[in-house]
Amino acid sequence: MPEVRTETMTVNMGPQHPSTHGVLRLVLELDGETVLSAAPTIGFLHTGIEKTAEQKKWQQVIPLVERMDYLSAQSNSMAFCLSVETLLGIEVPERVRNIRVLIAELQRINSHLVWLGTHGMEVGAVSVMLYCFRERELLLNINEMLAGFRLFPSYMRVGGLREDLPRGFHDAVRAFLDRMPQKLDEYEDLLTKNEIYIERTRNVGRISGADAIAYGLVGPIARAAGVDYDVRKYFPYLGYETYDFAVPTRAEGDVYARYLVRVAEMRESLKICRQALDRITPSGPFAVADPRITPPPKDKVYTEMEALIQHFLIYSQGFTVPAGEAYVPVEGPRGEQGFYIVSDGTNRPWRVKSRAPSLLACQALARLIIGGLIADVIAVIGSIDVVMGDVDR
Amino acid sequence: MDSPALAALLRELVPAADVELAPSADRHTTVYASASQLPALARALRDHPDLDFSFLAEVTAADYWPREPRFEVVYVLVSMSHRLRLRVKLRVPGADAHLASVCDIWPAANWLEREVWDLFGIAFDGHPDPRRLLMPEDWEGFPLRKDYPVQIRKTPTSAEPLQVTAEEFRANVARDRLTRER
Amino acid sequence: MGLEAEIPVLTTTVEKMVQWARRSSIWPVTFGLACCAIEMMAMSCSRYDIARFGAEVFRGSPRQSDLMIVAGRLSRKMAPALRRIYDQMPEPKWVISMGACASIGGVFDNYALVQGVDQIVPVDVYVPGCPPRPESLIYGIVQLQRKIDRTKLA
Repeated sequence: MPEVRTETMTVNMGPQHPSTHGVLRLVLELDGETVLSAAPTIGFLHTGIEKTAEQKKWQQVIPLVERMDYLSAQSNSMAFCLSVETLLGIEVPERVRNIRVLIAELQRINSHLVWLGTHGMEVGAVSVMLYCFRERELLLNINEMLAGFRLFPSYMRVGGLREDLPRGFHDAVRAFLDRMPQKLDEYEDLLTKNEIYIERTRNVGRISGADAIAYGLVGPIARAAGVDYDVRKYFPYLGYETYDFAVPTRAEGDVYARYLVRVAEMRESLKICRQALDRITPSGPFAVADPRITPPPKDKVYTEMEALIQHFLIYSQGFTVPAGEAYVPVEGPRGEQGFYIVSDGTNRPWRVKSRAPSLLACQALARLIIGGLIADVIAVIGSIDVVMGDVDR
Repeated sequence: MDSPALAALLRELVPAADVELAPSADRHTTVYASASQLPALARALRDHPDLDFSFLAEVTAADYWPREPRFEVVYVLVSMSHRLRLRVKLRVPGADAHLASVCDIWPAANWLEREVWDLFGIAFDGHPDPRRLLMPEDWEGFPLRKDYPVQIRKTPTSAEPLQVTAEEFRANVARDRLTRER
Repeated sequence: MGLEAEIPVLTTTVEKMVQWARRSSIWPVTFGLACCAIEMMAMSCSRYDIARFGAEVFRGSPRQSDLMIVAGRLSRKMAPALRRIYDQMPEPKWVISMGACASIGGVFDNYALVQGVDQIVPVDVYVPGCPPRPESLIYGIVQLQRKIDRTKLA
């Protein structure tokens, strides 16, 4: 009589996988289709950015930190600039604060569009990806207008911005803001009441609010579980307390709730963008008027000696930051992020540490997928919106 | 609650921790504490109703070589109910660097402590899974220490070692064939 | 091939046909590592549609693909996986090294990254940029197609 043996199957969702949002390795132990245990391995994208940043001057670190969380690049550079400016003790002009708010919210919409596109594609709705990336092209056009580069403009600098806003910026942003709400309705038409999507995402990957906080998950994941922590409301920066916006929350804590929270966040970001755009004058101060930090305008460099010397000193030695440490939290698209920087009084950082929301989301991944089906693993990874560049740095 | 009051409350709750307030440029309250009292301090921070630091935002370290004590391990905590942010710094000596793990108090600390071990070599006693996190498992050295070079000239390994010997492989195949033929 | 000496015209035409078939349907394997992967995804979407160049689908499995676009920074931990994926691809196969990090290590000259994937796999086309624009990558694929046109069969 042949004996029936049941054993669990170990499956490797290797570092190369179309749906792991980068290089994440999951070793799953399966009983049929049910996940019994999961062991994530990270580090396949470790780039040593923090060590490299210790060798660069303060302003040179900005392109490096933009490439950490490559979907919310300008949020990263803004967080770094805020930390350095806190240590320097300088205050950027009001116009710069408004521009930074506008760029940060546009970056949030950008990141959420990529999330929605890839998540929809992995769950099976392939056309969502094409729709989302189409709108994203408009945002990348705006980035390109700002500094000539689509993904990593390095437009935010310590002390303000790299240069003044280009001509046509207001029209381009307004055209995007006018077009976007109707496109968001289109995406919602595709997914929100779609029975297949609801079947795949409702009650999948649940986490309670208290558990989310214990695991250090804040941002859309915690907000979908009822915790309304948003750094913009709790510890406001850049004048966010003067803007009128809401923080969407849901109570269920599953993948579907996270989807609804992020789409609602995109709508709130559009509101903030409109308010910010109305406050920004087409031309004006774009950086703090400190000669140690802000380079002088080029026409002065070519004609005046002091400006030439100032330009030379800034670009050869950089500025020094007083010794101390600072950590300014900002609300990135994935939750609280910020840079803990330590300065030893020279023109190079002593330590740069990025608080990576994706690292903690990856850690909690094992807890979210155990007990579910293997198809749910894909939906959950999509919903926690991990960016491996941020996890591994 | 402002910074001096917070530090005073901590001194009252855990007197052995020698909590000293440090100047802070940002909106965090910065305190130094003694490394041996970390578990008691962590429990007080999380459980006391006036503190309620339930959210551990960050665990990191900085290497101040060649100054002794060499490392400073930094814990960034947030209390949502009281809108407080706290930065606790513990000085750890360079030789035999170790601290107690706070994984049972804040589960978020698991991978954060593994990263500190991986990059700095500070061991956490009582950690459920003390392995490297970011570097390959067999890496030697702790990259973010100040005496570790930025660039090393080492050819990258692209071959993985075989996990079974040839005899074991043949034995596995034979055993598999026998069980299927039954 | 025995036909070569007798009917050279037929051989050349077969070669051209095989080259045309190979270059017009290069199917990449998904090997997006970091930021360049986002530009690679943008390239496959509607604005810079890569399907009109024949790279219709990104296959998930390396055993069903011809092209590996190494998009992003390769860390030392990932190098064995890269080699394994490359070895699993059937011949003929090509590699495009996309971006500065894949070509030469990029801005990150440090302990963690392999300074150029050509230390691990043979590369056919290097596309510079950080990340390269989708048009640059399409140009890289067109260059690869020209390279395939020049390749002899035997």
